[in-house]
Order: sequence, then structure tokens, then C-alpha cells
Amino acid sequence: MAELQLKSLEKKYGNGFKAVHGIDLKVKEGEFMVLVGPSGCAKSTTLRMIAGLETITGGEVRIGENVVNDLVPGKRGIAMVFQNYALYPHMKVRRNLSFGLKLKRQPKEQIESATSDVSGILEIDELLERLPKQLSGGQAQRVALGRALIKQPEVFLFDEPLSNLDAKLRASMRVRITDLHKRLRDEGRPATVVYVTHDQVEAMTMGDRICVMKDGHIMQVADPRTLYDRPANAFVGGFIGMPEMNLVPAVLTRDAGLRLTAGGQTVEVPEGLAHRLNVEDGAVTLGIRPQHMSLVDAGSPGAFDAEVVNVEFMGHEINVHARLGEAVLVAVVQTTDLTRRIARGDLIGLRPYAARIHLFDADTGENVSLAKDH
Amino acid sequence: MVTLSDLPDQSRAERTPPTPLELKLRRRNRINAFVRYSLLILVGFIMIYPLLWLVGAAFKTNSEIFSSAWFWPARPTLDGFREGWETSTPYNFGHFFLNSMYIVIPKVIGTAISCTLVAYGFARFEFPGKKILFSILIATLLLPDVVTRIPQYLLFRELGWLDTYLPLFVPSWVAGDAFFVFMVIQFLRAIPREMEEAARVDGANTAQTLIFIVVPILMPAIISVCLFQFMWTMNDFLGPLIYISSVEKYPVSIALKLSIDATEAFNWNAILSMTVLALIPSLVVFFLAQKSFIEGISTGGVKG
Ligand SMILES: Nc1ncnc2c1ncn2[C@@H]1O[C@H](COP(=O)(O)OP(=O)(O)O)[C@@H](O)[C@H]1O
Ligand SMILES: [Mg+2]
Repeated sequence: MAELQLKSLEKKYGNGFKAVHGIDLKVKEGEFMVLVGPSGCAKSTTLRMIAGLETITGGEVRIGENVVNDLVPGKRGIAMVFQNYALYPHMKVRRNLSFGLKLKRQPKEQIESATSDVSGILEIDELLERLPKQLSGGQAQRVALGRALIKQPEVFLFDEPLSNLDAKLRASMRVRITDLHKRLRDEGRPATVVYVTHDQVEAMTMGDRICVMKDGHIMQVADPRTLYDRPANAFVGGFIGMPEMNLVPAVLTRDAGLRLTAGGQTVEVPEGLAHRLNVEDGAVTLGIRPQHMSLVDAGSPGAFDAEVVNVEFMGHEINVHARLGEAVLVAVVQTTDLTRRIARGDLIGLRPYAARIHLFDADTGENVSLAKDH
Repeated sequence: MVTLSDLPDQSRAERTPPTPLELKLRRRNRINAFVRYSLLILVGFIMIYPLLWLVGAAFKTNSEIFSSAWFWPARPTLDGFREGWETSTPYNFGHFFLNSMYIVIPKVIGTAISCTLVAYGFARFEFPGKKILFSILIATLLLPDVVTRIPQYLLFRELGWLDTYLPLFVPSWVAGDAFFVFMVIQFLRAIPREMEEAARVDGANTAQTLIFIVVPILMPAIISVCLFQFMWTMNDFLGPLIYISSVEKYPVSIALKLSIDATEAFNWNAILSMTVLALIPSLVVFFLAQKSFIEGISTGGVKG
């Protein structure tokens, strides 16, 4: 197992389109790194450059000590799991698993014991004599996983491996993959993993660290907790979290104390936020997660008054959509905290938790409310 | 497959008896089906009748052939086969069959290999001049055969290949049949690349990827190519007529014609018998191939 390093990696496609703009990323030995971002942000392109399936047009990829830019995929010490499984349709599961080892001319007994090891781990012993077309989606994906595992590669690459599965199966495969990663770590052969997904739930639950990408740039690399609590910019703030973080244009003024104006309403900046700010004043974007506001009476101090436009009842909680100026804020309120019925047209107060407010630079989107010493 | 009859049959007693309207509709359905199938059988029979007649006539005597249009021989005889097999030449018909095989086998094998290679190149790799080369390939597809006959003849004469089988199959070894290349390319385009990429990640080089992954997946297409090439070559008349001049080297298609030329009063039953024999290889190959054709059709590499 080895560490993986991308150094100002670039990709310009044949048609002149620049998909990846010089990204730097270091994946530590044994680390589970998730690349996440909206569709088209070049996650696959990046992964395929690591795999050697796409030429590298700038920068370098390092696996362990070696720059692998010019190595063919088979010599890079990687294994890859594809979204649509990419099993060899004419080979039985057993041969699908052993194909790579056979090409390497490993001795028969060794191949056989490796096959039975892997099929034991992934519970596919029963399927060894079947053809891929006789497998369900989940089984096929386990075989694809086995085909990667059997090679004992330096780095595992996954490209949206669970996207073709239904929600329930996806949840169980998620656990299976993370368990497998832990198990390999415990057995003293930690696996370095780069896992591509567009699904933030997969990213948050599986990753040791997460790399959020947008349009061929890295927006932030951090562990799930940091990503959620301290998003580096408005994009990350909005991308991670369900429902999405509310992002509202606002103005910070500092005459008689620090004030924040949003949607035509001005509130005093609470102490919990004031001491974290890296800016004096000016246009900002106010970022506040739906879960981080409390519902109060209209006109309460430190709260924005807003008109309810929609209420979604979810059972244990409700999503309140309320209009603040041009924007519509979403607030998640625990059903147990509700003291009265809320209906469309009501005027309510929404008070953000001071410690949970983020302010982003209106132009660059950079988070300006992260205390430097934190 | 679940058919309707496999579904649990609700006990008949439970069902309400059919209404008069239902009965009427059912009767109408049955009449419709009867008319439909009768018509189809009739048309089918008319289409296949010449073939039936051919087979029947092969077992007739020469005189009966012209006295009755009915296909069933009144007094079946093998005379036609006996005479036809001997032919009017020093060689028997088996000799001509062998000659055909000397052309067909190298041609079919060469076509399968060269077309797969060329199609793989066009479908999967980027190389300078690819667009132009592909356009040329398609252009030759549109070119009428006759246009190239004379230049080709002159070329092969210069090479000293006249009266040999070389002009008949060598062009196919270098993917001369643009149609087949095109067919395989279209098939390849429909196959997702991930399987080949997986093979490369597994450590296969280009040749290994082609042999172990692409060719097996392409099998249905390759079999159709072989099938068509086999039948077209067996039936090719003009090619051998132009290039083969000694009787000793005639393939079946020319040999059949030979028996019409050589004798004054044609032994039609002999000719028809040999025609029937000449059909057999194509039919056998067709039915053999059809099986793998259906079995092979791209198996689920992709599934939701
Ligand atoms: N072969 C290609 N030629 C040109 N552009 C491409 C090619 N493949 C992908 N792209 C473009 O590169 C961008 C990133 O694609 P991709 O890496 O597949 O995104 P993701 O996997 O994050 O959804 C997209 O805008 C896509 O249109
Ligand atoms: Mg992708």
C-alpha cells in the first residue's frame, strides 16, 4: 500500500476543453479519500488519469515513490471498480476474478487460494460458476469489488460504484465497503482508496477525508466533520448538508456596533459570530443551515422575520419555507419543539444560532467567518 | 419466461360464465387467426415452391422434369446424382467442391481476422489521418464493383496471379471488404468501453485486450461476417470466371455452368442434382451459425 499524490494535475481534452485545472491532492497511505462534486466537475477525469485510462496533459501522478504518468494502467499498481461493473460478459465469475492474476502468470494454486479468499470475504462463493448476466446488480458489484480486491493493489479506485443500485442495496454496500476498508487496515495491509461519487451521503459516511470539486478545481479537502462545520467557501457549504444551506446576500455594517442586513432587515451581529470575522464590513453571503435556526415569534431580537410560504411535514420534523426579502429560507424544526401550528402566510421569526452562522465573501465565496486561531 | 398458461388458473367455477358479447369476440378472434395463418401459409408456400421443385426435380428423370410442374417425383431416381457427380470432365464433382473450399476457407478466415483488426483500430484508437482513412473506407463501400474489375485484373496479371486462387482471397486478407469492416465497427461502437478498460487495468496489453475481451464479445458480429462471406463466396460466379481459366481449378459455381455448356442435350436432372448439392454447404453453415448467433448476442455486461 502506498500514498498517492497529485501535483498540479491538468487535463485538456482533444477538443480543447480544459476539464482539470492543476489540482494538488495527497492521499495518505491507507486513507479513504472521497472525491465528490456535482456531475461534470471532472471527478471521473481525475480518477481516470490516476488509473492511466486518460492521458495526463500537465502535472504528475505519484504512487508511492514513483511518478506513474507514463506507465500503462496494468503497471501502476491500481485496481478500479466501474459504475456499470464492467464485468467480462463471456467469462464466469471465477475467471472474471482471476483474469488479472492469470495475465501475470501467477501459479495456479496461488490464483485458486486468492479466488477462494476473496469470494469468501465478499460472500460470492455461490456465484463462482455463473456468468455476469446471471447476477443481480448487487451481486455483480460484489464481483467487481472482488476483481479489484484479488489484485492487492497499492491504490483502489472507485468510480460511482453504487450509482446503479437501488437505495437499500446502496446503503448496505456502503457499509460493506467501509467495513472492508477497516478490516484490511486491521489486518495490517491498509488500502489506499480514491472513491468518486456525486452523492454527499456516500461521501460523508465513507470518507476519512473528502475532496470537494467543482469545474475541475478542488474547493476543499477535509474530514467530514470539518467540511460540515467549517466549509471553506459557499460552494462547499451549499453542497454538503441536507437540506441545502441557506445562502442569502447580506451586508455587514460597522457604525454603532456590528450589524448584518439581509432581506431588508437588520440584526445585531451576535458575539458568537463577531469575534470570528476576518472582514470589517461590506457585501457578504449569509450562510446558515436549516437545522441551525430556531423558530421564534416575529419581532424577536436577533431574528429575521419571514413569511411562511410552505410547510413540509416529515414526521419527526418539519421543513418550514419562509420568505425573507427575495430569498426563501428553509428551516428544519423538530416537531417536539413546536408550540403552535404553523401555516402558510404566518409571520415568524427565524433566529440563527450565533455559533453556526457563516459569512462568505460576496465575490469570491470564501468563508470569512473562520477564526484564524480556531 | 412466464406464459399465460403458467399463471395460476383461477378455478373455473369462480369465473362468471362468458357473456354473449365475449363469445362473439372470441369467435371473431378465431376466424381472424384462421384467415391470417391460411394466408401466410399460402404465400410462404408460393415463395418456397421453386426450391421444393428444385429438390424434387433432382430426383426425377430427364423426361419427367418437363412433363410436370408438380414437385414430387413420380418415379424417384438417383440417376441425376450419379451422372452429375461424374461430370463431363475428367474430374468428379467432389473435386470442384474441394476447389471451392480452397477459396472459401482462406477467404473467410482472412476476412474475420483482418476486419476485426481494422474495425478495432477505427473504433477504439485515435491516430493521425483517422478521419480521412475512414472516409476512404466508406467511399469504397459506395464504389460499384465493376469500376474496379479491370484495374484489378491488370494488377493481378502483373503479379502473375492469373489462373490462381490468390486474386479471389488475398484482398480479403487485407480487409478489402469495406462492408464487413463497417459492420464490425458499428457493432463495436455499441459496446461500452469499460470492459476493455477493466482489462487494461487488469494488466492486459492491446493485443490481449483484443483477443481475450473484444473478440469474444464481438463473436456474434464475427460469425455473421463469416456467414455472409461464406455464402457470397460460394455463390460468386464472376470472380472465378474472370481469374480461373483451367477446368482443373474450377470451383462449384463455374463447374455447374460447365455442364450446361459441354453437352448438347442438357442432362437437366444432373445439373439440378448438383445444384442441390451445391446448396448444402451454405445451408449447413447457416444453421450451425444461427445457433451461436442467437446465443452469443451481447450478454449483460451492463445491468441496472
Ligand atoms: N472525451 C472527452 N472529450 C471532451 N470533453 C470531455 C471528455 N470526457 C469528459 N469531458 C468533459 O469533461 C468534464 C468532466 O467530465 P467527467 O470527469 O466525466 O465529470 P464527472 O465524472 O465529475 O461527472 C465534463 O464537462 C465533460 O463534458
Ligand atoms: Mg463521472
